[in-house]
Amino acid sequence: MSGVDPDRWEVVIGLEVHAELATRTKLFSSATAEFGGEPNTHVDPLTLGLPGSLPVLNVQAVELAIRVGLALNCTVQRSVFARKNYFYPDQPKNYQISQFDLPINADGWLELPSGQVVGIERAHLEEDTGKSTHVGGGGRIHDAQYSLVDLNRAGVPLLEIVGRPDLRDAEGARAYVSELRAVLVAVGASDGKMEEGSLRVDCNVSVRPRGAEELGTRCEIKNINSLRSLGRAIDYEAARQVDLITAGERVVQETRHWNEDDGRTHTLRSKEEADDYRYFPDPDLVELDPDPEWVERIRSSLPMLPAQRRHRLAERSGAAGDAVALVVERGLDDLCLAAIDAGADPARTLTHAEHNLADDRAQELDPAAFAALVRMETDGALTATQAKTVLAELVASGGDPAAIAAERGFEAMDTSELEGMVDGIIAANPDEWQRYCDGDAKITGFFVGQVMQATGGKADGKAVTALLAARRG
Amino acid sequence: MDDSGNRAPGSRIGTEEVAKVAALARLRLGDDELERFTHQLADILDHAADIEALDLDGVEPMAHPVRVVNVLRDDTPGEPLDRAEVLAQAPAAEDGQFRVPPVLGEAP
Amino acid sequence: MTVERALADVPLASASATASEVRSGSRSAADVLEERLERIGADEERVHAFNLVTADGARAQAAAVDALVASGDDPGPLAGVPVAVKDNLCTRGVATTCSSRILAGWEPPYDATVVSRLQRAGAVLVGKTNLDEFAMGSSTEHSATGPTRNPHDLSRVPGGSSGGSAAAVAAGFAPLALGSDTGGSIRQPAALCGVVGVKPTYGLVSRLGLVAFGSSLDQVGPFATTVADAALLCEVIGGHDPGDSTSLPQEFPSVVEHLDDGVDGLRVGLVTEMMGEGIAEDVAARVRVAAEALAAAGATVEEVSVPAVSFGLSAYYLVAPAEASSNLARYDGVRYGVRVDAPTAGEMMEATRTAGFGDEVKRRIMLGTYALSAGYYDAFYGKALRVRTLIRADFDAAYERFDVLLSPTSPTTAFAFGDKTADPLQMYLNDVCTIPTNLAGHPAASVPFGVGADGLPVGVQVMAPALGEVAMFRVAAVLEASAGAS
Ligand SMILES: [Mg+2]
Ligand SMILES: [Zn+2]
Repeated sequence: MSGVDPDRWEVVIGLEVHAELATRTKLFSSATAEFGGEPNTHVDPLTLGLPGSLPVLNVQAVELAIRVGLALNCTVQRSVFARKNYFYPDQPKNYQISQFDLPINADGWLELPSGQVVGIERAHLEEDTGKSTHVGGGGRIHDAQYSLVDLNRAGVPLLEIVGRPDLRDAEGARAYVSELRAVLVAVGASDGKMEEGSLRVDCNVSVRPRGAEELGTRCEIKNINSLRSLGRAIDYEAARQVDLITAGERVVQETRHWNEDDGRTHTLRSKEEADDYRYFPDPDLVELDPDPEWVERIRSSLPMLPAQRRHRLAERSGAAGDAVALVVERGLDDLCLAAIDAGADPARTLTHAEHNLADDRAQELDPAAFAALVRMETDGALTATQAKTVLAELVASGGDPAAIAAERGFEAMDTSELEGMVDGIIAANPDEWQRYCDGDAKITGFFVGQVMQATGGKADGKAVTALLAARRG
Repeated sequence: MDDSGNRAPGSRIGTEEVAKVAALARLRLGDDELERFTHQLADILDHAADIEALDLDGVEPMAHPVRVVNVLRDDTPGEPLDRAEVLAQAPAAEDGQFRVPPVLGEAP
Repeated sequence: MTVERALADVPLASASATASEVRSGSRSAADVLEERLERIGADEERVHAFNLVTADGARAQAAAVDALVASGDDPGPLAGVPVAVKDNLCTRGVATTCSSRILAGWEPPYDATVVSRLQRAGAVLVGKTNLDEFAMGSSTEHSATGPTRNPHDLSRVPGGSSGGSAAAVAAGFAPLALGSDTGGSIRQPAALCGVVGVKPTYGLVSRLGLVAFGSSLDQVGPFATTVADAALLCEVIGGHDPGDSTSLPQEFPSVVEHLDDGVDGLRVGLVTEMMGEGIAEDVAARVRVAAEALAAAGATVEEVSVPAVSFGLSAYYLVAPAEASSNLARYDGVRYGVRVDAPTAGEMMEATRTAGFGDEVKRRIMLGTYALSAGYYDAFYGKALRVRTLIRADFDAAYERFDVLLSPTSPTTAFAFGDKTADPLQMYLNDVCTIPTNLAGHPAASVPFGVGADGLPVGVQVMAPALGEVAMFRVAAVLEASAGAS
């Protein structure tokens, strides 16, 4: 299978993300929504689909859905719960309560770190299903001897976030999911754990000749369990579709299953044999029409979102692009801004946050100490290497940067001492010095290295380079 | 309406549709039953044809007699049912779970 | 015509009278119960009102009531009153079958809200009554446990779907019973069995624990031998339930205190569309006599046209089956009830449903599945919902001029077994007068008003706007008082 030639083909990707909402109880009943537990212990009459049981909507699920909707710039609107009818053993009522014509959130957008804006069609509330385990035949569904059904997850609230087909490659798709996850976590709607299934991604992929207006036939890919698989699945599927078209065949609209082991997608069901879900308004539930005051109260309680944080940091630090995105992703933007406010050089501050603060504990760093460290460095009291060492210690155990530097003997070397040392090294290495004088720039590193070795890293590399240039004249 | 062979002339439903609907509803019909049910359902739908002629443009659908909105419940856990009592009602159970014949195919 | 009637017919005390005797300590709940169990013992075999008689449970409940009285506590407004409960209401630990093979032996782990309220009021549950499977039918012939017979003529149907409850009250097995009414399933059997039956305003009585048929239409209500008893039972079971999202946020209107208010000044409309074609002449005649009696008691009575009710049957037989097709999807042999085994889960579900449901249920499931399916939704289900709006609008217009509307409850008196089972549409036409109020969500009562040409009971239907229960009961009480006289 060949790769996709980007000059000839455009890949069109739209994602549907199911996020489990962080409520204590289920969407329509008071059974616990806690993860795990012994099978079938988180059940009540509604969870089991018992005759006579009735749904009553969880206020917290609604509040969290609205939080996400507002964070995704959606319109929060009057909505209706509908029944999606299909038979499956882990779906106790044999219908799923979802939203169809009128979702609670509609028409929003999400801005990615790259600056790309991806449309959000809707973000609606629905129930999760239970879990089937296939026993015998090595756990594979087709060879199983029988199946066991656990309904603990049945009825747990989900928010299905349907993105518009605005993405064009695997990298963009991964960025979209990471950004969405960051938003969900920021507003407290979900823990965002893809591995535990609290975030599930279904991916629609189609291809079309570059420049074409009309969309190609799409396939929906299920069973994507990590960002890595998402990228691999898209690349595989796009190539598969291009190969089909190139070979004069037709892409069939269908649902496909991503297999992590063989790195391929496989047919699950074709749309021709698709179920007829017979959606209709659930007569057991009434309309949901959130009071505008409630929505505004929720809006004003929202925390700052990743995109807002990126814009703020870029503005105040003068930095842009990946560095800003990474610092925000690490949750270090407040720290950086506080350090900048305390007089730290913005560029040095961002550089440290980007390269030297990958440690989880970095968020607890004292901004005043961080600022003091950056100032020592820009004042020439510490070399870049020394600053990095002190910073690592600050992250690990806190304290005063000046004291740490002193303790380690990190004093700036005085200029005459450094000059003497550089002259000695020049004298000891005449051949290298000749090459330097002949303009071999690569040899600079050799002299800097020699100085560093001699000073135990105390020397300032930039100062050494300047001295060498001065000696050459 | 088409007049394909599987329905009586002018009738609103034929055996093919009834068979499809039965499959969707997970019901199996023998040949005699299919004929009989098709005939009966066609009669009922023919009676319901009186509403086909109604001009209902601009009339809102009424899914519900109740005009109450926003009925919400606190997010407070209640007592779960006892698993043993629940599984005692199940046709087959194993390891605390409902046991069913093998499920072929994934959920949609 | 031979009328087979050899049941005990000495009337027993009303529920209200019984409760006051038990509360005052002048009669024990145990004694009250034994008297009814004796009736059941004598006649139940012929009537088959019950799927299950809970004699032991009832004796324990009666003893508990007597103990409360002995200790000086008040057991409640239904102290020691035996009540029969339709077998589509969940009763904890007591089999609830909906008269379906598919639920044979199922014991719910919880009580319906109305059942808890009965028990809190001191009532004693005597048994679970027979019904058309899943409440789908108008004769109680579509029951997996066999038909119930009409106590007034054992060769006739009791009506349905709550035929068991109606027959239990008519036969004196209990002074009160609960039924459910989706398209007339309380009122029509009440009419055919000569007892009082009430369908309250949608949302006034909790549906939690009522096994759903058509969720937007279903409502639980009482059967009683007197209007006052029906009113009392409404107040006991009604009122807000936070466990039912469609429950109205209010108490059941205080109807008992208005029973003696009379009808002076009330405006009564006789519905034209329910008095002509399709209505037996002897039945229509009784309704006219009822209208005259109300006029004589001070009401103004006029004919009124409510045109859209003519489309009620069509709309109902799309809406109710559509909801039912989804509500009954849960019976799949996985979690409870009966299973028919098969090699795969999908085939097991199909085999279970095929063997577990009777024909009428299958018919409605298929009809509803069809009405909701791709390509037909707008033409059938969607259109039916719009007809519902029309019906409510026409009722609203009528209720601007009238406090209540009057009609026959059922087009005929009780018919013979097998008369209508071969032709489902003929069976459905039984509900032509009762269906429109379900579609609108309005209350209606059936009050016995003499007999037809065949000597069998005729019921008069009193309809009212949403929450119009007070006027409805005032009219019902006057009809009851004048029934014997006219
Ligand atoms: Mg989807
Ligand atoms: Zn979904």
